[in-house]
Amino acid sequence: MSDRPTPAESSPHPSPLMPSPPPRSVPPPVATTAILHGKAWVFGDNINTDIIIPFRFKSRTNDPYEMAKYAMYGIDPDFPTKISKGDFIVAGKNFGGGSSREQAPVALKYAGISIVIAESFARIFYRNAFTIGLPALEISEIKGNVVQGDELKVDIGNFTVENIRTKRIFHARKVPEFMQQMLLEGGLVEYYKRNKRFPWM
Amino acid sequence: MQSLTQQNSSYFVSSMKNILEDSSLTFAEKAISIKSLTVKSKQNQVSKPSMAGDIAIVDVDLAMVQDSTGPLAIRSLNEMRVDKLFNPARVLLVIDHTFPAADEKVANLHAMMRSFASKYNCMLVEGSISHQYILEYLAAPGMMILGADSHTCQAGCISAFATGIGSTEIAAVWATGQMWLRVPETIKIKLSGNFRKGVFARDLILDYIGKVGEDGANYKALEWTFANDNTRKEFSIDSRACISNASMECGAKISVFPSDDLTRTYLNQNPRIIKDVPEIDIRPGSSAKYVDEIEIECGKIEPQVCGPDNVDNVHLIDELANVEIDQAFIGSSTNGRIEDLEIAARILKGRKVHKNTRCVVTPASAKVYEEAIKRGYVEIYLESGAVFTNATCGACVGTHLGALGENEICISSSSRNFVGRMGALSSKVYLATPATTAASAIEGKIADPRRFL
Repeated sequence: MSDRPTPAESSPHPSPLMPSPPPRSVPPPVATTAILHGKAWVFGDNINTDIIIPFRFKSRTNDPYEMAKYAMYGIDPDFPTKISKGDFIVAGKNFGGGSSREQAPVALKYAGISIVIAESFARIFYRNAFTIGLPALEISEIKGNVVQGDELKVDIGNFTVENIRTKRIFHARKVPEFMQQMLLEGGLVEYYKRNKRFPWM
Repeated sequence: MQSLTQQNSSYFVSSMKNILEDSSLTFAEKAISIKSLTVKSKQNQVSKPSMAGDIAIVDVDLAMVQDSTGPLAIRSLNEMRVDKLFNPARVLLVIDHTFPAADEKVANLHAMMRSFASKYNCMLVEGSISHQYILEYLAAPGMMILGADSHTCQAGCISAFATGIGSTEIAAVWATGQMWLRVPETIKIKLSGNFRKGVFARDLILDYIGKVGEDGANYKALEWTFANDNTRKEFSIDSRACISNASMECGAKISVFPSDDLTRTYLNQNPRIIKDVPEIDIRPGSSAKYVDEIEIECGKIEPQVCGPDNVDNVHLIDELANVEIDQAFIGSSTNGRIEDLEIAARILKGRKVHKNTRCVVTPASAKVYEEAIKRGYVEIYLESGAVFTNATCGACVGTHLGALGENEICISSSSRNFVGRMGALSSKVYLATPATTAASAIEGKIADPRRFL
């Protein structure tokens, strides 16, 4: 069976069923700081990974843009068509609970969400978000201080969030330096490609 | 083989001995400290154990993916242009979630995994749920197991340090054999007494999750202990596996039972196919610091049912009795082992599944499947009108072999009941033990298993 053509793995000409890595229209950021502006989409507590992308969709593709079509499907199947590129998600506690699926932060990122801010994150989602270069900022009082549509300014270098409407500034829980560096360089794969080593080594 | 050489050297043996004998450390602190000795020796920090809250880099003994997380890991590895694995004999690919392939798209991803396994000569398993396969053949006390699946923590039932991480992180483990971990704080839970009739391990863990909430142990380790031998013997390896597995539903990073004579018997009856990772008998220290210590009296627990759409929406069965169901599902890595199939068979024997209900029984592994046939359970299921499937995660994740349509209601012994988990967004899942699920299949509504035992 080893001589069978194997789409996305070793063949230089992948089959249409198994799209090759999509073109990255925006180069991953490399900086010690990054300021991002975006509009907030506000959700409640316990937004689990089955809500973010149901299994039956995420398990039938390896293409991030295909995954993105189902971002937040469990709460609003039309979510990907409603948001603008660069928008933020703001949520309550335990965002990303349940399955270990990395497709959850991938779906959000490729749908156009640039940052997730939550009162708290489930453990594996939090790791995955940093790994794939989607900033996940934990701010315990965020949900009560942001309403749907608020414009936020986020400083990824300092881990701060400003609500432009209220002028209030919130400080996110700090992460180890290697996690922040991985994030600033666009995630684990990008970090490795650039540095030829893993950020914790 | 690097780690074996290291662990045989007197340097590592003495460092490990110091850690194992340190009375101030929890299980998690000891396990991570031992598995980070290689990295620490390079930094001359061997004498300093890793404590709760620290970040440590550990040597990984087994790195697993399954068919819904493996393709992304392979993709990340390829994108990083890594073409050598740290040790193919420690790399496990399991095709379990949608096995056998339900459609062409899944089949292509399965083919990709087979091709990868063949190219790198790593372990490939098809047709057993990863966590059950790891328990049956691979895990051992003290082993460091990382898997791209949240329920990897199941192997804590035989005292392994086992937890879930992401796909790309697993790709990094495949490349280097190492991963960073934050040392978790620990909650200690002492079990006492004995279950009453019709009450099982799943009721205990459902009850616990209902009380602490679905993030009640987020980032934390659960250490289970027994008040006495009488209670300890009530918890078979199957029951411990159920608890360790379901502990994920309150966010636990690991959920560990102390190894004992039951563990030893299990390992003797189910020989390990990895021979060169030494077992390490890790016992938490007597003065270890815990963030919480609680006692659960098993005799006070009654049958529990978790209502939709969250895993902490837990009720006494009486509060949800009589909810009419379209499907009853007995299976999954949480409750698809032989003792689960046994109790289901005992209840279904000589009875019929309700005419308005379909009942699906899915074993957790090929081994459980075979055993169910040998013991005659399959005949009982078929005579009752239930369906018996191959081992797969199929129905639990709504991918095949028991998915739900619009507004359908299912009672299930599987892991989760989130919105759309088993199919349509409007479908509803109630979680319960295999006994409660089997009783409900007969009545066509949520039913108390005690009436059937």
